[in-house]
Amino acid sequence: MYLMTCLRLYYEFFKAGLFAVGGGLATLPFLSAMSTSTGWFTQQQLADMVAISESTPGPIGINMATYVGYTTAGIPGSLIATLGLITPSIIIIIIVAAILNRFKDSRLVQDIFFGLRPASVGLITAALVSIVTMSIVTVGKVSFADGIDLVVNFKALILAAVVFVVSNKVKWHPAFFLLFSAVVGIIFKFAGA
Amino acid sequence: MKNIYLDLFLTFARIGGLTFGGGYAMLPMLQSEVVEKRGWATEDELADYYAIGQCTPGIIAVNTATFIGHKQKGILGGIIATLGVVAPSLVIITIIAAFLQNFADYAVVKNAFAGVRVCVCVLVLNAIRKLWKKSIMDTFCLIIFLAAVLVSIIFDISPIWIVLGAGVLSVVYCAVRRAVKK
Repeated sequence: MYLMTCLRLYYEFFKAGLFAVGGGLATLPFLSAMSTSTGWFTQQQLADMVAISESTPGPIGINMATYVGYTTAGIPGSLIATLGLITPSIIIIIIVAAILNRFKDSRLVQDIFFGLRPASVGLITAALVSIVTMSIVTVGKVSFADGIDLVVNFKALILAAVVFVVSNKVKWHPAFFLLFSAVVGIIFKFAGA
Repeated sequence: MKNIYLDLFLTFARIGGLTFGGGYAMLPMLQSEVVEKRGWATEDELADYYAIGQCTPGIIAVNTATFIGHKQKGILGGIIATLGVVAPSLVIITIIAAFLQNFADYAVVKNAFAGVRVCVCVLVLNAIRKLWKKSIMDTFCLIIFLAAVLVSIIFDISPIWIVLGAGVLSVVYCAVRRAVKK
């Protein structure tokens, strides 16, 4: 059972490493799909992982793989998930390095990436929607007759607005904004706990 | 004499352990450590590696590390540089994850993370806006973007199919555009 989980971890992260284009948050939509298909972690835990990954050193994708791996299968899990994520990179880059100049000037490669980049941004946006629907807006029931039942959490909306405005004015480190939001969350009891 | 493999591992471990915010934040560190201090690559080569690292699948930092390691010492060099860049993350995140598992049920931790999640929304939004400028070049790109958002929200479909579909459509679109221009 444990061995199967480890193999599946490697396989799932290998897939993410092979198809996530654009670095960093490009792994997010794959992790979101992983949460649905494997049940290893909830969407809420995923958002927490993003926060931790953004506020600790190292590549965000690696941080997320390590975190998911650990919560799923302990220390071996964190190693296996990370190795799964980097294996496709190592193979692809070693191949590309051998044909570097042809690859750089290839029209086919440029054509593919012209449309891949907007798709990747679209996937990240969809992942953003799922984080928003559990932290700022709660979606009740969705039906064609009554439309969508939305409950806006105003405390959260105000915090989001403040962080948005300030983070676009000054170039402070993301960890600062995350810490600030954590303090606001504690003072105003964001979880209602 | 210094062992080049050890030097590759330690240099990239330092880069991985000292850069916050992933891929894009790593460039200045790479310039100083790899180009200026060690001469493992020229400024131009690094720019090439970085550009290719961004448009090939996978983590940008890992792709760049593999490139530079590979250039120094072949396949083994590539693997060792990559292991170096991920090593600090493995240690730091495992410790944090272990800590959080034990404290996740405290009210104060729950409230803090509820606040943090709101902030994550904004940080992801900011990242999207930055990527937008480099990715959405024309109406076709906009359509691909909207299609990717809608398809992945409405249907329970793996992102893999959306990535593959966009790649195929893009090749067709670019070919048609060239044909029309002629």
